[in-house]
Amino acid sequence: MLAILDYKAGNQTSVRRALDHLGIPNRITADSEEIAAAEGVIFPGVGAAGQAMDELTSTGLDAVLRAQVEAGKPLLGICVGCQILLDYSQENDTKALGIVPGECVLFNSGLEDENGDPIRVPHMGWNSVALKKECVLFDGVEPGSEFYFVHSYFPNPAPEYVIGVTQYGRDFCSVHGSPGLWAVQFHPEKSGRPGLKLLQNFYAYCREDADAQ
Amino acid sequence: MLSKRIIPCLDVRNGRLTKGVRFEGNVDIGDPVETARMYYEQGADEIVFYDITASHEGRGIFLDVVERVAEQIFIPFSVGGGISTVADMRAALMAGAEKVSVNSGAVKNPDIISEGAAAFGAQCVVLGMDVKQVEKSEAIPSGYEVVIHGGRKYMGMDAIEWAKTAEALGAGEICLNSIDADGTKDGYELTLTRMVSEAVSIPVIASGGAGSPEHMYDALTEGKASAALIASIVHYGEYTIPQIKKYINDRGCKMRMVW
Repeated sequence: MLAILDYKAGNQTSVRRALDHLGIPNRITADSEEIAAAEGVIFPGVGAAGQAMDELTSTGLDAVLRAQVEAGKPLLGICVGCQILLDYSQENDTKALGIVPGECVLFNSGLEDENGDPIRVPHMGWNSVALKKECVLFDGVEPGSEFYFVHSYFPNPAPEYVIGVTQYGRDFCSVHGSPGLWAVQFHPEKSGRPGLKLLQNFYAYCREDADAQ
Repeated sequence: MLSKRIIPCLDVRNGRLTKGVRFEGNVDIGDPVETARMYYEQGADEIVFYDITASHEGRGIFLDVVERVAEQIFIPFSVGGGISTVADMRAALMAGAEKVSVNSGAVKNPDIISEGAAAFGAQCVVLGMDVKQVEKSEAIPSGYEVVIHGGRKYMGMDAIEWAKTAEALGAGEICLNSIDADGTKDGYELTLTRMVSEAVSIPVIASGGAGSPEHMYDALTEGKASAALIASIVHYGEYTIPQIKKYINDRGCKMRMVW
């Protein structure tokens, strides 16, 4: 079973629907025992970093999340969930979870697109991911696949954590982490077949990991 | 590189897909859930559902359609029509929509944009604008005026100023519909599209007038739109979404080609 961390993130029900469609057992939960019993944790997120951190700290879910990561539980952060795994976010000047070293920064409006026009912020729509390292989450994802993004800030982790990059006025990190602790800036639950495949790969990893222990 | 988007628009009345001239249509042309799934499988980048039901009862049927869509398609979709309060927005988002589109509700009460952005994030709030070309005047310096009720009511607001105001209030995207071009199949209103696209830094969806893939290409390049809204051109099978995307991509305007 996958636990979808319940801290009132806007996309938690979209994640649930995608997992239901794939036949992956899941529960939206804030219960620490249920989270501890899950084979993996999905950390969703939509909206502002400051609000998300406030909700996490006021409910104590920040500590639950840290404990799960320390125990080696597989985790997938999505969008704001991907951003606030870092130390800090420029959005609302937010001290974040500090699970992965790095910061989350605003797209500079001085950046230009391929036609020399200023980029629009938010970065909204479909874009591709170039992998800098092998990552099992992308196993079987067709080359040239694109994913759905909607964000104004992007993660900028320490270089050794960069897994995939995306081009939007500049190259930015769109997938970061290390085996078993992943984060994606895009929304796999809204990225059609490639996104569903990524969620399936995450669950397969969680099952193998649970079996190995 | 970010792809430009092709977005089919489905008008829904009493739970059924309705023929396209938005404000007068009532010919049943199919099941919106089935049609949405077909467009999802054909590579639509997003889908817009527009509720043209007038009654309270019809609203419940519409939200039921939205829920059924959310269980079957895994791309973003937005919901518009009859949204005038934060509670309306919440109901649409809870039913599974990613974004809500406010149109005449925001003209009457612009605060709905900032309230929606504060409650759900700017990325959720799309400003839908219906616009008509008029004589340039002191009140309408651009010569494009905001209208409501399908163009029957002029609001005395300049379209460019309204787009900028909505951006400042926190809208995350603008869906720009030319009432003059709507239903003509002669192409999008490119001058208007470009003026609004250049006036704001949020994405603009061009709407009204699509009759061929070339029209969409023009809106996405010359018009500087981030996305093109289409309806009858695909509903009646004149073109398929893969055909449209291939045409535009082959001409050098990047589309999402793997799905």
